[in-house]
Amino acid sequence: MNMMKFSASALAMLAVSATAAAARDQIQVAGSSTVLPYATIVAEAFAENMDFTAPVVEGGGTGAGLKQFCAGVGENTIDVANASRKIKDAELAECRANGVNNIMEVQFGYDGIVFASSIDGPDFALTPQDVYRALAAQVVVDGKLVPNTAATWADVNPALPAQEITAYVPGTKHGTREVFEEKVMAAGCEASGAHEALVGLTDEDKADEACVAMRTDGRSVDIDGDYTETLARIGSNPGGLGVFGLSFYENNTDKLKVATINGVAPSVETVASGEYPVSRPLFFYVKKDHIGTIPGLKEYAEFFVTDAIAGSGGPLAEYGLVPDPELANVQQVVSAETVLGAN
Amino acid sequence: MTDATTPRPHPASPAAPVRRSLLIEDARTKRRNAAERRFRAYGVVAIGLAIAALVFLLFTIFRDGSSAFFQTYARIPVAIEAQVVDPAGNRDPAEMQKVLTMGYGKLLDNALAAYVEENGIQIEGLSERDLSTFFSAQGRADLRNAVLADPALVGTVIEAPVMTSSRVDGMFKGRVSRDSAARDAKTSVAQYELAMAMEKQGDLQTRFNWDFVTSTDSSDNRPEAAGLGVAILGSLYMMLIVLVLSLPIGVAASIYLEEFAPKNRLTDAIEVNISNLAAVPSIVFGILGLAVFVNFVGLPRSAPIVGGLVLTLLTLPTIIISTRAALKAVPPSIRDAALGVGASRMQTMFHHVLPLAMPGILTGTILGLAHALGETAPLLLIGMVAFVTTYPSAPPEGFLDPASALPVQVYNWTQRADPAFFERASGAIIVLLAFLLAMNLLAIYLRRKFERRW
Repeated sequence: MNMMKFSASALAMLAVSATAAAARDQIQVAGSSTVLPYATIVAEAFAENMDFTAPVVEGGGTGAGLKQFCAGVGENTIDVANASRKIKDAELAECRANGVNNIMEVQFGYDGIVFASSIDGPDFALTPQDVYRALAAQVVVDGKLVPNTAATWADVNPALPAQEITAYVPGTKHGTREVFEEKVMAAGCEASGAHEALVGLTDEDKADEACVAMRTDGRSVDIDGDYTETLARIGSNPGGLGVFGLSFYENNTDKLKVATINGVAPSVETVASGEYPVSRPLFFYVKKDHIGTIPGLKEYAEFFVTDAIAGSGGPLAEYGLVPDPELANVQQVVSAETVLGAN
Repeated sequence: MTDATTPRPHPASPAAPVRRSLLIEDARTKRRNAAERRFRAYGVVAIGLAIAALVFLLFTIFRDGSSAFFQTYARIPVAIEAQVVDPAGNRDPAEMQKVLTMGYGKLLDNALAAYVEENGIQIEGLSERDLSTFFSAQGRADLRNAVLADPALVGTVIEAPVMTSSRVDGMFKGRVSRDSAARDAKTSVAQYELAMAMEKQGDLQTRFNWDFVTSTDSSDNRPEAAGLGVAILGSLYMMLIVLVLSLPIGVAASIYLEEFAPKNRLTDAIEVNISNLAAVPSIVFGILGLAVFVNFVGLPRSAPIVGGLVLTLLTLPTIIISTRAALKAVPPSIRDAALGVGASRMQTMFHHVLPLAMPGILTGTILGLAHALGETAPLLLIGMVAFVTTYPSAPPEGFLDPASALPVQVYNWTQRADPAFFERASGAIIVLLAFLLAMNLLAIYLRRKFERRW
């Protein structure tokens, strides 16, 4: 019977494929899901305009992307890692341990983080203090640390609408969460004087931790999925307030209403000027050792940061990226192939 | 022991000697009949609930997804201006290539502005941005490809259908209304009115969109151009690998276990393991695939070969179990008769038992394949959730090229910000359901065609 032939040919095919697995001609990119849409826009334009195969772009999160990136040098490892935060020292150490020594860091723009609620709900004019007082696990009252009992936004600040506090915050695996904790919770803690009081009660480190600890009584909900899930939650609970990336909000302005922070409404302009306080830089990391082996890698990095792509009016800004005002410096870094820790 | 001596009352003659017609129900019969009716009602309710759930599911999917198969195109004259597409003016394709896709947007903007003027369309507050976001960014890319392929087009006026943006497209699908356009930062009321005016003139047409099935995925800036081509090819390649590997291996293993293997602890252990493997969560196979095929063997990420191998492992237990059941269902008399006339065991197997078991084996295999086709979790780990915009080449080299898969494409699209991707995701589910339905129908057909009854 031809079962034998079948199996034999199948095994032969396996053997052939295992040996032919070398020679990759497309760039492989993975990492932050915030950077993912930008990377796909660039990959698409890159393939259209240059004579190279289209790069393959994966998401997965900043941490996961950098982990793959640092796994080693060679065609089995990815060439570019997208990140919504700077690479950590521990990750750099892992990279070095695996022989990934020459890493180019490219900061290509900024992303704003916004609070948005249902389009039909009331307007919110928040400050970091309000958010901290509404969402911190414990607050300082009369010099004592007590569990947070605020039920409505008006409890926190009489100027805010008397609406039940429900906030949808990205889960801890998201890079956005880190920025939220640092730029909103910690800043609000500091500004409201709670940090000082906390330092008096415990010590500096404990106070920092207590500042960013979120409520666990159901008023603050961690969203481990994407912004689409947060949007769906707000759709089913119109009283909720969600944390989004600016670009996501820009794509869904017919369903969402954005809150101002310190009186500044988030937009590409206010984030670029620094008036809107909650923003973060976006990066991608390039494995320099792959330039020359993977065709088009350097061209991809250069293409990404050209004015026509990452500058204002380009397709990335059209999607919601806040262009880096110092893009010329970035272009310099890429064309000179400057690696991290070179100077 | 006293019980034994007392005579037991005859069951037909209980204490009360009243005899009544069988047609008159007594209390006990009534209860029994009522219990029976209740039981039937439970069954009907259960089936009703299942059907209602299915109908609801299909209804929402078709409501959300059927519009993905239609697309609005504009047909207006577009002048290919030489100073835009060929600034050097020498018609050298290498020089012209330096004009990026973004540059071609100007041609479409100018064409639309000219159109508005020519047709005397007066709309208050119609801004330049409304004009430039009217067409899909894919339109620029198509235009650029056309011009680069045929530089003679420079300086001429062409009239080809241009894809409109997802918002304009949504206006004709009920996704974008005048009210939502007013709130939406990506469109405006003026754009809405322009679209309506153009439709009235007959220059906007919504027609069946084959590109949704054939073209590649596209970035978040042009959801209207995203298609399933790469995902369908990727799924097809994986199914091919699964079929070629799991059918022979599965059938060989089942024949050996069922007909030839000695009954001992080892084969018992193997049997238990096969049943257990069938119940292992599919994500575990993904982790295995990542560790073995990608990290150890060094096969490329995102490649159908890795997906196919992982799905093969996943379907093997299902195929072995169903094949063994099919072999068991062949009556022993067939084997006895074959052996009786002097056939060897192998001849008995291949000439008599296997052909009779074939319908069952095929059904099991096709259902296993259908299961593998819809599997998402293991593919997430081996890099199939990638953004791939080039078609994989023809097999066998294509097995190593990056590709996507249908269920993964659904997952991918539901995560994108633009609401138009939600429609696409539902459309992709419809395509996936169509494939599953086709496979199940094939299974039924094969079973009917080859089935033998005794």
